[in-house]
Amino acid sequence: MKHLSPVNAKARRLAQALAPVDPAPAAASSAKEDVVALCVPQQPTQGPHIPLGCSTVFAPGWEVDRTGGTAGLCQPVERDLFDCHLGCFWPAQVPDQLNHAPDWTKKCAAAQKDWRKLDVIFP
Amino acid sequence: MSLLHPGDCHAFEAGGRRFLYLAPSAAVMAVDDVSAAVLDAVALRARSSEEIVSDLAGRFPAGAVDESLDELVKVRALRRVDTPARRPAKVLPLTPVPLSTMVLNVTNQCNLSCTYCYEYGEDKIVQTENGRQPKMMTAETARDSVDFLLRESGHDAHMTFFGGETLLNFKVLKTTVAYATEQAAALGKTIDFSMTTNATLLSPEVIEFLAEHRFGVTISMDGPPDLQNKFRVFHNGAGSYDVMAPKVKALIARHRSRPIGARVTLTKDTLDVRRIYQHLTEDIGFWEVGFAPVTASPDRPHAFGDEGFEQVLSEFRALAQDYLAAALEGRHHGFSNVRETLGEIHKGASKAWPCGAGFGLLGVSTAGDVALCHRFAGSDDHKLGTVRDGIDRVRQTEFLDSHHVSNKTDCQTCWARPLCAGGCYHEAHTRFGTTNQPNLHYCDWIRGWTDTCLQIYGQIAQVNPEFLQQFEDANEAPQPS
Repeated sequence: MKHLSPVNAKARRLAQALAPVDPAPAAASSAKEDVVALCVPQQPTQGPHIPLGCSTVFAPGWEVDRTGGTAGLCQPVERDLFDCHLGCFWPAQVPDQLNHAPDWTKKCAAAQKDWRKLDVIFP
Repeated sequence: MSLLHPGDCHAFEAGGRRFLYLAPSAAVMAVDDVSAAVLDAVALRARSSEEIVSDLAGRFPAGAVDESLDELVKVRALRRVDTPARRPAKVLPLTPVPLSTMVLNVTNQCNLSCTYCYEYGEDKIVQTENGRQPKMMTAETARDSVDFLLRESGHDAHMTFFGGETLLNFKVLKTTVAYATEQAAALGKTIDFSMTTNATLLSPEVIEFLAEHRFGVTISMDGPPDLQNKFRVFHNGAGSYDVMAPKVKALIARHRSRPIGARVTLTKDTLDVRRIYQHLTEDIGFWEVGFAPVTASPDRPHAFGDEGFEQVLSEFRALAQDYLAAALEGRHHGFSNVRETLGEIHKGASKAWPCGAGFGLLGVSTAGDVALCHRFAGSDDHKLGTVRDGIDRVRQTEFLDSHHVSNKTDCQTCWARPLCAGGCYHEAHTRFGTTNQPNLHYCDWIRGWTDTCLQIYGQIAQVNPEFLQQFEDANEAPQPS
C-alpha cells in the first residue's frame, strides 16, 4: 500500500493480505480465463488445468446422462440439480433429500420443464 | 456512480500525524496527505470518486487520489453508500478452547466489610451466607480443581486464588500449590500462581511463601488513608489502612521476583486518580496500579452517573500523559490501564467476546462449581459444570453463541468494539440484570479512553517504537529491577 502505512501488527497482516499476488509466469496467460471455485483470495493457477468432476471419468454428465442417453445432460443448468448432485457427487446446494426433505423433488419430474416447482425448504 | 462515505473506522491524530483505527480488522494505519485529503472530502457528505478526484485535482495527481481511494475502500475506511455494511462473521470455536486461567474462590468469607463489595452488598448474585456454597473450599475440592485445570489446559496453566479474602484459607492455598506444582511437573506442563488479597493477613510466613513460589500478587487498595478507609473497612467499621499498609510495604520489600500491583476500585466519592496513583507508587512502592470503576446498580449511593464517568476519564487522561512522557523516554510508568490497552492495540486484538470468561478463563466456587468467572462462581444461573464432572460443553457453546459480539446490535456501529465487545458480563448483569446486554452506560467512557490510548500509541510508535517491543509476544509486564 502506498498511501496507508501499517503501524500495529494487525495492520501489517492486513497490508500483506491486500498485496496483489503475482501469478506464476507460466500460468499467467491462462489464469484470467480459468474458473476458480470457492477460493478467496485467488491462488496462482497451476498449469495444465485438470478439470474435476464427471468429465474426468466419463460418468453421466457432459457426454451422456445417467441413463446412457443424451436426453438429460448437464445442460441446461437446471439439470445440475440432479445430475451433478446425484450422479457425480458434485456438491450442489440442494436440500438433504435423505432425511429432511425426501419429497423435495416430488413435483419435478423433468428438471428442464418443472424446475420452477422445486420449492423453498425451511429448516 | 456510487457515492463513498466514511466506513467503520476511527480517525485520530497523534504527534501531528493522522491515523486510522479500522474497526473490522483492529489495524492501525498512518495516513499520508493524499488519504487525509480524501477522508476530509467525505467527512461531511458522501461523494463520488470522480467528484473527489476533481476536487483534489489542484493538490494531488488523479492517479494518486485513485490509488488512495482504492486502498481506503479495501481496508474499509471508506464504504460505498449502496453497499450494505458487512456484519462481523460469527465463528464459534469448533473444538474446546484450552483453559488458560482458573480462578479459585478458596473462600467466600471476608474479614473486611467493604461497603461497595459486589459479593456481599445488595447487588450480590451468589447466596454465600446460609446458602449451598460452603464458606471455605476444602483441600479435596482444591485438588479436584487442580486436576480439572491440568486436564483442560494447554501447556501453560495459570491458577489464581481469590475470595472473599483469599488468605482466610491460606492453609488450603498452601497445600494446593504444592499439589499443583507436583502434578504439573508430572504432566510436563507449566503452572504459575497468582492471588488477590486485601493484605490485612499478610504475615511474615505468608510473605515468605508468596515470594518463594513466585506468586503474582494483586493488592486491593484504594489509596491514601482517607480514601482507603472510606469503603474498605472492618466489620466494626474501622478503616483498614493502618493494618494493611505496613504489611504491603513488607511484602514489596521481600517479594522482588514478580511485580506487585494494586487494584483500585473507584467510586463517585473517591475519584482522585492522580493522588491515589502517587500515593500507591511513591509512598507504598507498587510497581503498577490499575483502576476500575465500582460495579454497582445505578441507584447505589457510590455508583457512577454520567458525570462520574466523565470525571474519571479526565483524571485518567491526565495520568496517561505522565505515562506517555515516561514511555517516550523509555522509562517505566505503572499506570496499568494504559499498558493493557496499548498491548491490545499493538497486537490488533479484535474480540468476539469481551473477555475470556466461559472458555479461556473459568471461576471455581468453594463447592467446586465451575462458572463464567470468579464473580459468578457459585451462581447456578451461570454455572458451566463442576471440577469433578468437567465442563458442560452444550451449555458453554450456548453461552458463547448467545454472547458473541455479533449479537449485540448496539455494538455494530461502534468503532471501539474490537477492544470492548460490549464490556464486562458481571457489570452488565448488575446494571441490566443480564449478561447478554452490552454495557451501554459506559460507551462514551470506553470510546473516550480508547481514543486517548490510540493517541498515546500513535505518538510512541513515531517517537520511540522500541518501547512497543514489550508488547510483541509476552503478556508479561516489564519486571522491576
